[in-house]
Amino acid sequence: MTEYRKGRYGRFGGQYVPETLMNALIELERSYYAARDDNEFLREYDFFLKEYAGRPSLLYYARKMTEELGGAKIYLKREDLNHTGSHKINNVLGQALLAKKMGKRRVIAETGAGQHGVATATAAALFNMECEIFMGSEDMERQSLNVFRMRLLGADVREVSSGTGTLKDATSEAFKEWAARVGDTYLVVGSVVGPHPYPEIVRDFQSVIGSEVRAQVLEKERRLPDCLIACVGGGSNAMGLFYPFIGCSGVEMVGVEAGGEGLNARHAASITKGSVGVMHGMKSFFLQDEDGQIDPVYSISAGLDYPGIGPQHAFLFESGRARYEPVTDAEAVEAFKYLTKTEGIIPALESAHAVAYALKLAPALPRDKILVVNLSGRGDKDVYSVARYMGVNVNE
Amino acid sequence: MSRIGAKFDELRSRGEKALITFVTAGDPTLEATRDLVLEMEKRGADIIELGIPYSDPVAEGPVIMRANSRALKNKIRIKDIMGLVSDIRKTSEIPLVYLLYFNCILRYGPERFFSDCKSGGVDGIIVPDLPYEECDEIYGIAKDYGIDLIMLVAPTSRERIEKIAGKAGGFLYCVSSLGVTGVREKFSTDFKSFFECINRYSAVPKALGFGISTPAQAEELGKYCDGIIVGSAIVKRVEEGLAAGDFQARVGGLVAGLKSALEKVR
Repeated sequence: MTEYRKGRYGRFGGQYVPETLMNALIELERSYYAARDDNEFLREYDFFLKEYAGRPSLLYYARKMTEELGGAKIYLKREDLNHTGSHKINNVLGQALLAKKMGKRRVIAETGAGQHGVATATAAALFNMECEIFMGSEDMERQSLNVFRMRLLGADVREVSSGTGTLKDATSEAFKEWAARVGDTYLVVGSVVGPHPYPEIVRDFQSVIGSEVRAQVLEKERRLPDCLIACVGGGSNAMGLFYPFIGCSGVEMVGVEAGGEGLNARHAASITKGSVGVMHGMKSFFLQDEDGQIDPVYSISAGLDYPGIGPQHAFLFESGRARYEPVTDAEAVEAFKYLTKTEGIIPALESAHAVAYALKLAPALPRDKILVVNLSGRGDKDVYSVARYMGVNVNE
Repeated sequence: MSRIGAKFDELRSRGEKALITFVTAGDPTLEATRDLVLEMEKRGADIIELGIPYSDPVAEGPVIMRANSRALKNKIRIKDIMGLVSDIRKTSEIPLVYLLYFNCILRYGPERFFSDCKSGGVDGIIVPDLPYEECDEIYGIAKDYGIDLIMLVAPTSRERIEKIAGKAGGFLYCVSSLGVTGVREKFSTDFKSFFECINRYSAVPKALGFGISTPAQAEELGKYCDGIIVGSAIVKRVEEGLAAGDFQARVGGLVAGLKSALEKVR
């Protein structure tokens, strides 16, 4: 990826933060670059990925799905099998180790669906750190199980009721808390968003996904895949999958956005319907009005319910290297049910968006094409939401 | 020289400190904001900041966030606030400064924004989420239109102070402490060494803000700098006076108290 200057991806990225945070970001960048070149640090990170998170995750050939759809061959990257149930742990373990190296004794994080919060609380328990998680009031209600899980892990969950009470507001509050306590606190950003160096740090720690896929698909098929599909909210699981393939021009990349109730109703399709703006420290695409007020957004999946997208994705889109497609709530729920019944795998609602796009794309492609779908998380947390959507009354 | 520079010169020649006050534009209405500006001027404010309401104000504490929400609920638009400034300019020459987030300038269009600021009579802007590293995006155009780009320095800025001060227009906004805006009981910053460091690099006037709410604090902190900025405490008076409708009197009383406290600092 061309980086014209540090932390810039084309015209996107940057460090649009209050002055109180600038030296903290500079210190973070310096510490991260040192850690990245430190074999001891990398060995420790690899150790926890393997022995604690359970990597490498499987690349599973979805035979039944492939045969039923009658088109391209479908592989699922099983990030749902990681410890804590999603790809979020890859990034969190890296950043928690970095925090430890920097001498911070307290970690804080924002969370939407709760997966990043659970992963952060898990790492904090493991490494003996104080932990505080910021979560929107609406998301706490949608994902009450994850709230309880975080508390069991010893984290404080701080309810954010300002604004829309979702991931956007939780992110703002986490940045504010960091600004107030930069001395002893490390902010574990959960996606490829925020000011530099966060998008770079999160991309690097998540790119283990794409690196494994590359080796696994070469072993199984003796060639690279034709297309990679991943859901995008902020975009970390997609960036992790895409990044090692960016230089491989034959590999198509599709990010799947939350189309919500449809593009003419409430949705969270930041690239498809958004415009260039600045929020949460970065220049990227956002859903906003003419005055730059950020629009309230909506998706059935709390993890995609975010009005922007990471700057690296904005650049991949603008340069034409990747494309971004919306999938609605209804399509995602159908895909959720389909994968559960067909392959016996319950995907997260976020990941179900990627599955839904594969359901559309695969039948249109010849049988010798290979698709890789990133199953970024497991769907246990979403069972209540899906039941509610289907009008089924389960005992909550 | 801008109205801001002239005001500091005038105050300095009399040995006085500047009182800089803040209200959120459109909270609760634009008419109320106009009346509040004129009242604050009458009661001793030297420079007034108008906060442009924003959906995601990342430097603001709960008080100013609530003011933003109230204003946005009234569908206040930036072009309406530009109109408000023109209106105020019919009767007042008090220096006016916008406090706004960078996305608002970006979406309004930087060229159109600074052109409207100039024709309306805005003297300077403060953009809390535009640090030194990113300020070149509007530095040149602000200069072309003669609008002061007011830069911020924080106790954590240390070696950055020199280069930030080099870009500062109008006055240097010195952030009293870490975290967001809002009332603080006490400060842990070592102001003496903070300002020694700032004064080494900067000849522009320095004003101290974030968390200053009482006349006693203004008097105590005024001795370190050229001016004191009070925001959340004023916005809180607006909020408290909403039900009874007497917020103008409440704000006026606070401003007068702050001014007389600052007059004791010589």
